[in-house]
Amino acid sequence: MVRDRKTKIMFLCRQAPYGTIYAYEGLEVMLIFGAFEEDYTAVFVDDGVLDLKKDKDASGIEMKEFSTTYRVMEDYGIEKVYVDGESMKERGLTPEDFMIPVEVVDRNAIAKAMAEQDIVIPF
Amino acid sequence: MKFGILVLEGPYNHEASDTAYKFTEAALEAGHQIQGIFFYNDGVNNVTKLMEPPIDDRNIAMRWAKLAEKHSLDLIVCIAAGKRRGITPDLIIPHVRIDGLGQLNEICVEADRMVTFGD
Repeated sequence: MVRDRKTKIMFLCRQAPYGTIYAYEGLEVMLIFGAFEEDYTAVFVDDGVLDLKKDKDASGIEMKEFSTTYRVMEDYGIEKVYVDGESMKERGLTPEDFMIPVEVVDRNAIAKAMAEQDIVIPF
Repeated sequence: MKFGILVLEGPYNHEASDTAYKFTEAALEAGHQIQGIFFYNDGVNNVTKLMEPPIDDRNIAMRWAKLAEKHSLDLIVCIAAGKRRGITPDLIIPHVRIDGLGQLNEICVEADRMVTFGD
């Protein structure tokens, strides 16, 4: 059934940027989806909050330093970006540690936003 | 109901791949429709015809091919994730096509529910 409004799609970024490919290929999904002009939200929880940490250097593990690409999310149509405050604090981070401005929210707010979605894609 | 299916884990190593198949089979038996099945991350490895498990084990790729043939399912393997893992058109099972992530977006828009199978 084609919806008579934009489809609300949430990307739930749960995984650390390196160690597995989930964050990297999840980012690729977000950037491609952004071209389709649905209603997108990105939420960073658990180790996923590390994806947005600035000044990472992946050269020692010979992996592509893809995470600077999160900076273009807004230009690609991912305008709502939330970070779970509890996950952030557990990892000793503050909003100043992130490479882009984010909205730090509590888990109730994330649950509420999640309930409003048509689709949640976890990575 | 019209379901979209996203498979993120590879065959045998993760049960998520089996669960995706079982869910799809059960949904069809219950009279639901499947909008499309998209293979991403290591999930792209589920559809290679090169797999040859022991005779007394399930053949995950052929199982998908049979279900797809029976129900005219649309099985799509992501081109970018597939290229990274050596999945080429001549290596995939029948009834599967290789296409881009735009197809996943389309499944999300067209389906009533999107169900992801991963870790």
